[in-house]
Amino acid sequence: MKGQLHWPTAIRPVRLGGFSGRLEVRAAWWTAAAALAALALGLFSVTIGSSGLGFGDLLAALSGRADDVTARILLEWRLPRIVFALLGGAALAVAGAVFQSITRNPLGSPDIIGFSTGAYTGALLVSLAAAGSALGTALGALAGGLLTGAAVYLLAYRRGVSGMRIIVVGIGVSLFLGAFNTWLLTVLRVEQAISAASWGAGSLADISWAHTVPVVVSTLVGIPLVLLLAADMRMLEMGDDAGRGLGVGAEAVRLRMLIIAIAMLAIVTAAAGPIAFVALAAPQLAMRVTGTPGVRVLPAAAFGALLLTASDLVARTIIAPEQLPVGVVTLSVGGAYLVWLLASFGRKAR
Amino acid sequence: MHATTTAEDTLRAASAMRRRRVVAVVLGVVLLAALALASLLVGSGRLSTAEAWRLLFTDDGGPDGLIVREYRVPRTLLAIAVGIALGLSGAIIQAITRNPLADPGILGVNAGAYTAVVFAAAWLGSSLTGAHIAFSLAGALVAALVVYGIGTTGPAGGTPTKLVLTGTAFGAVLTGISFAVTLTQPEVFDRVRFWAAGSLQNRQFDTLWAVLPFIVVGAAIALVLPRALNALALGDDVAVALGSRPAVTKLAGVTAVTLLCGAATAAAGPIAFVGLMVPHALRSIVGPDQRWILPLCLIAAPVLMLAADILGRVAVSSELPAGVVTAFLGAPVLIALTRRRGARGL
Repeated sequence: MKGQLHWPTAIRPVRLGGFSGRLEVRAAWWTAAAALAALALGLFSVTIGSSGLGFGDLLAALSGRADDVTARILLEWRLPRIVFALLGGAALAVAGAVFQSITRNPLGSPDIIGFSTGAYTGALLVSLAAAGSALGTALGALAGGLLTGAAVYLLAYRRGVSGMRIIVVGIGVSLFLGAFNTWLLTVLRVEQAISAASWGAGSLADISWAHTVPVVVSTLVGIPLVLLLAADMRMLEMGDDAGRGLGVGAEAVRLRMLIIAIAMLAIVTAAAGPIAFVALAAPQLAMRVTGTPGVRVLPAAAFGALLLTASDLVARTIIAPEQLPVGVVTLSVGGAYLVWLLASFGRKAR
Repeated sequence: MHATTTAEDTLRAASAMRRRRVVAVVLGVVLLAALALASLLVGSGRLSTAEAWRLLFTDDGGPDGLIVREYRVPRTLLAIAVGIALGLSGAIIQAITRNPLADPGILGVNAGAYTAVVFAAAWLGSSLTGAHIAFSLAGALVAALVVYGIGTTGPAGGTPTKLVLTGTAFGAVLTGISFAVTLTQPEVFDRVRFWAAGSLQNRQFDTLWAVLPFIVVGAAIALVLPRALNALALGDDVAVALGSRPAVTKLAGVTAVTLLCGAATAAAGPIAFVGLMVPHALRSIVGPDQRWILPLCLIAAPVLMLAADILGRVAVSSELPAGVVTAFLGAPVLIALTRRRGARGL
């Protein structure tokens, strides 16, 4: 592992009592605070818009006392979007946390290693073949993300998967698919290409309940599963051999976690397009703020929800009445973070 | 006895290397000539090879002659110039960073040039052939400095992987930002999307003349560097001891890379992997001596570029841009390199 980026990313066992115990308590408070902040921001976000509706209207609509137009704007247009931002952000962050744990690298995010590009390829191919229904795009993105994930994993596999190798292989695959995507954009008619491209930039503008329900389901199923597997991962801390002695195969656990993470990622990506850098930044942000020694699933989820809800609010308001794709906002925030992260490697190195 | 054998082995190895170098040069020149000819004669349209050959020399006033002389000829020359630019800059970047995975596309230099051009196209309404070369050069320079600065800071001088990560990440951010800019302006988007794939299609002589001076100057700087780059390969301290000045070498190298990548990107859009593949191929054939690698880039890189361009024309009915073809060819090379280096801790 020498010569790699030194950063505490491994999932460590939760120790009770002593110093690390206090760390985890602090993490729990911060997680709750972030989750509450995300929720509050989400509720505030529902009232923002051109139609001048307030929080009272939302309560009225929820209890069925509002008029049809108000109810439709709030419950059919804005609410699914906010729920999507909250849970989608959490899903992206959890997927990122899994990737970072497995690659043991803060940069081992789906953006960097090509899964998002693969999902984009899948969606583009579907929209090129068929007229591109929402379900078709979703399935295409899911297939694209999973196939790319499998390809990167297999190509990087060589008596196990090392963190750095999977990243560089992922970069290779993602450049390959990126070129292919760019070419697909030239084949489409210009209106088709623009709509594909704006999906490609990551946008929550057209999110409806049909998109949000799968995200709700995948998040509610995926996060507990990841937590369960994370417990298995901790047994592997003593080494792959010790883990095998306890009946846990290291590669098998990693593979299962990867599949769950990719599925969560692909479902969000299918609906909203590849939203850059949430998976990269949220787990690291959570780790720094909460002071845990490694990435943690629940803090990551809370900070992911906060990050995407805040980014969506910015995307909706910064050039109102026009909207930016939310991916552009997360890209700018995440990009600045990434440059800082990489620059600080130099100072942090021993 | 033992000493003689070793000396003989050394001599034999040296003569084998000499033979390989000569073969590489001869084969390279033949291939270059053949591909240049093919590039003039083969197209995606219905024009036959024999007809193209005739129209190359006789002007019958028809539109087909125009295609051959006004499009295929500059396109071929441009492929050669762009290939040289990308190959040389890849070799220089790999030598300066001592990073075998370096490539102007992977390190985000091309993305810098691309983004600057998109800004120019969106806000100044500049055409994609004229005034934007300055932007392209500036973008390449800024990206090269930022990525090199961030990617190599630290006591150990940074690792190959860190530099690649910095480049990819920075490139992704730049590409995303330029994407956002074009999304708000459909007509700019439409113009830029063809160029973004890295294509030599529909380039005429004006593009060639516009970028050629920069490529010539960049190549000239590159071709005086081999000795200094060889010294640099031994480490900065040894380079100083050998009477070389590493800082000057690096400055000259970055200048050359900026000129070459900026001009190439302005002409053909962002094209990755040529700068990665060509120096690697050359190293495995002629050894690590930059006095052979850099000059041979003048032959080998255009061979790759022409091959990619021709392949793109004949592979599918609606031309595959050369940048897509080089990515298809180059990504497996990057992955293979990574797997081979895997044994050494990557």
